[in-house]
Amino acid sequence: MTPIFDTVQVGDELPALHLSPVDRTTLALFAGASGDHNPIHIDLDVARRAGMPDVFAQGMLGMAWLGRVITAWAPQSALRRFDARFQGITQLGNAMRCSGRVVEKLDHDGEHCVRIELQSANQFGQIKIVGEALVALP
Amino acid sequence: MIDRKWIGHELPASVLPIERSRLQFFAKAIGETDPVYTDAAAARDAGYPDIPAPPTFLFAAELDSGAAFALIDALQIPIAKLLHGEQSFSYHRPACVGDTVTVRSTVSDIYAKKNGALEFVVKTSRATNQHDALVAELRSVLVCRH
Repeated sequence: MTPIFDTVQVGDELPALHLSPVDRTTLALFAGASGDHNPIHIDLDVARRAGMPDVFAQGMLGMAWLGRVITAWAPQSALRRFDARFQGITQLGNAMRCSGRVVEKLDHDGEHCVRIELQSANQFGQIKIVGEALVALP
Repeated sequence: MIDRKWIGHELPASVLPIERSRLQFFAKAIGETDPVYTDAAAARDAGYPDIPAPPTFLFAAELDSGAAFALIDALQIPIAKLLHGEQSFSYHRPACVGDTVTVRSTVSDIYAKKNGALEFVVKTSRATNQHDALVAELRSVLVCRH
């Protein structure tokens, strides 16, 4: 069910997404599916030569997970804007919790919209991505 | 230091056909189980002509074409020093299976912070479909750690 503008309140939480710990298979599949073949995410030797302890998650994988939080709550056709700022590296073994919260109700380009703050944090509470979305609601 | 002459540089256009099996693979890779993203009938029931590309999918256009990493090579940013700083999408209309999306990007800014220890490259893009209608605008901030 699409949320209704009049019933949505500032402070409402979107259902959070709890991911399994990041593993190498996830990174390999996302490399292929996203087209990001940067070996630093899938080849341990390349990651070590770059001074990293191990391979690490593609930023856009984390953003795609935040996208799932939005589209599980409202249809994608209602999504007007989606921004992410990558604040930290998501490491292997990180179990991410992706969440969102309504922070503003506004009119934008003649539509009722809500502004949603998004974040992705690991099991230690370290925030890896913060984001924002603008969603039009009936 | 990244040469500022690249500000204003236009990347070659990247053409991304929106294909069913690719979207299904992408859905699997991000753990998306909503049938709208894998099943044409579910997508039609949701009001789309076919499976829609998920919100971040269009980022693939310049990865598939090679334009994204060609730019990083041209800017002489070593892969080991490259991070994705920010990413934004503004959406105008869905891109669904059967559409062909063309992404055209410009390097809109290059600047330094922390006395040059960090350099930032801002790339802005327009994604249009086969009818020349605007699908989305993208903005990427790449970070080079010196």
